[in-house]
Amino acid sequence: MATEQILSPLPGTFYRRPAPDQPSFKEDGDTIAVGDVIGLVEVMKSFHEVTADKAGTVVKFLAENEDAIMAGNPLVEIET
Amino acid sequence: MPIKKLLIANRGEIAVRIIRAAQELGIATVQVHSEADADALPAQLADEAVSIGPPQAAKSYLNAQAVLDAARQTGADAVHPGYGFLAESAEFAGAVADAGLVFVGPSAHAITLMGDKAAARHAAQDAGVPTVPGSAERIEGVEQVKAIAAEIGYPIMIKAAAGGGGRGIRIAANAEEVAALVPQASAEALSAFGDGGLYVEKVIERARHVEVQILGDGENVVHLFERECSLQRRRQKVWEEAPAASVPDNVRAKLCSSAVALAEAVNYSGAGTVEYLYDDATDKFYFIEMNTRIQVEHPVTEAITGIDLVREMILIAGGKKLDITQDAIARRGHAIEVRINAEDPSNGFMPFPGVIGNMRLPGGPGVRFDSMLYPGYAIPPFYDSLLAKLIVWGDDRDHAIARLSRALGELDIEGVKTTKPLFCALAKDGAVQEGSVHTRWLEGWLEDNASRLT
Repeated sequence: MATEQILSPLPGTFYRRPAPDQPSFKEDGDTIAVGDVIGLVEVMKSFHEVTADKAGTVVKFLAENEDAIMAGNPLVEIET
Repeated sequence: MPIKKLLIANRGEIAVRIIRAAQELGIATVQVHSEADADALPAQLADEAVSIGPPQAAKSYLNAQAVLDAARQTGADAVHPGYGFLAESAEFAGAVADAGLVFVGPSAHAITLMGDKAAARHAAQDAGVPTVPGSAERIEGVEQVKAIAAEIGYPIMIKAAAGGGGRGIRIAANAEEVAALVPQASAEALSAFGDGGLYVEKVIERARHVEVQILGDGENVVHLFERECSLQRRRQKVWEEAPAASVPDNVRAKLCSSAVALAEAVNYSGAGTVEYLYDDATDKFYFIEMNTRIQVEHPVTEAITGIDLVREMILIAGGKKLDITQDAIARRGHAIEVRINAEDPSNGFMPFPGVIGNMRLPGGPGVRFDSMLYPGYAIPPFYDSLLAKLIVWGDDRDHAIARLSRALGELDIEGVKTTKPLFCALAKDGAVQEGSVHTRWLEGWLEDNASRLT
């Protein structure tokens, strides 16, 4: 078991939900497969999905909904 | 009362534009900014700069209370909203007035009326302005939409009364689609705008986008001729011209006077734009909506009329009556504006925030460059991608296009990808040179050409 992070490929505003009235893509304890969507980054008014580049179980999110983030910031900590 | 200290509730190139106009009028300036814009050009150029919150627009530029608090702290007596953000919020315009400040724009009443797109259609019809065939008022359910569609013909657009900016539009090709899309569109409009009201318009195929610039002082209204903005991507304008080369003189006179009639009917004050679809096969024009603010593409109108629109709107807000008569407004030559965005046109127009390196800016006769760029400027990812507007003027349209190509050749912005390659290619394109385009032309052209735009 190792702890790893999934990093944001883009700068902008991070969203954990596909839309304000919908549940989060992933919650603590959820399993993540490579390619799963873990959130959205809004950059210059356009939305981009962030997909997992590694598989594991969510320990905790390091960026919260609507946080301002830079490219390379860790978004989520997972146990692989 | 003339304005003494103007607060600019916006950012980017339009904030710079407003500061310039205010400084030339001897008006002190207060720039409000988010934490991400503390080093931006508007904050450098204004007399005072006040932080109003975190980077995200919802927590700063859209925070009306923070803007009003900044006005009180600095003793500003007026607020200019620019475009976007709070510019078309009637609630904000009302709150500015209630705080005893001047809102540089029309009354909250005019914003409310034109902001409700179904009410605006109605006002246009009352003023004798042709509208796109469709519902007279907000529609009441699926059966009424089917009845209207049977009369005007499919396809139809189902639009949110409280919408705008191309959001929440559904296109139905037949009665079955109407039954499916009306409830969907209403639910979406309710969630996006807090108002599920809808109206219906016939789809005009192959239309051009033309719009008339007006200036009013609450009593008198003049027009400053029209612009054409048919080159659009995803309903966003990328290239704008004045005048509209496709509109014959006799139609131009009717088009411009219809915009004046509508603005007079709502006692319009300030700068505004009445937007139309224009069908060049029949020479018919149809009202779409009125924008109650300064627009991104206003410089092309300034270029052909010699009138400084931002200066005029500040003077009018300060109580000055229009001293320009319609007869005194002449147009000369042809102007084109292109929007230099931080986007990579060869990669699906992917946003490209980054740090500006060296820059070589275009100059010479008939060239204007409005931007907030400087070497070392880090473009924040939180706002739209507009970096600069290149505006060229020529004796005629061919001259303006040649000048555009020449100016684009001089322009070099290191550090980011921009939409410059798109405009270099469009300026050389036969259809663009002939002016034989419509609002969906560019999307088709991009399918064939986008990958080569490097």
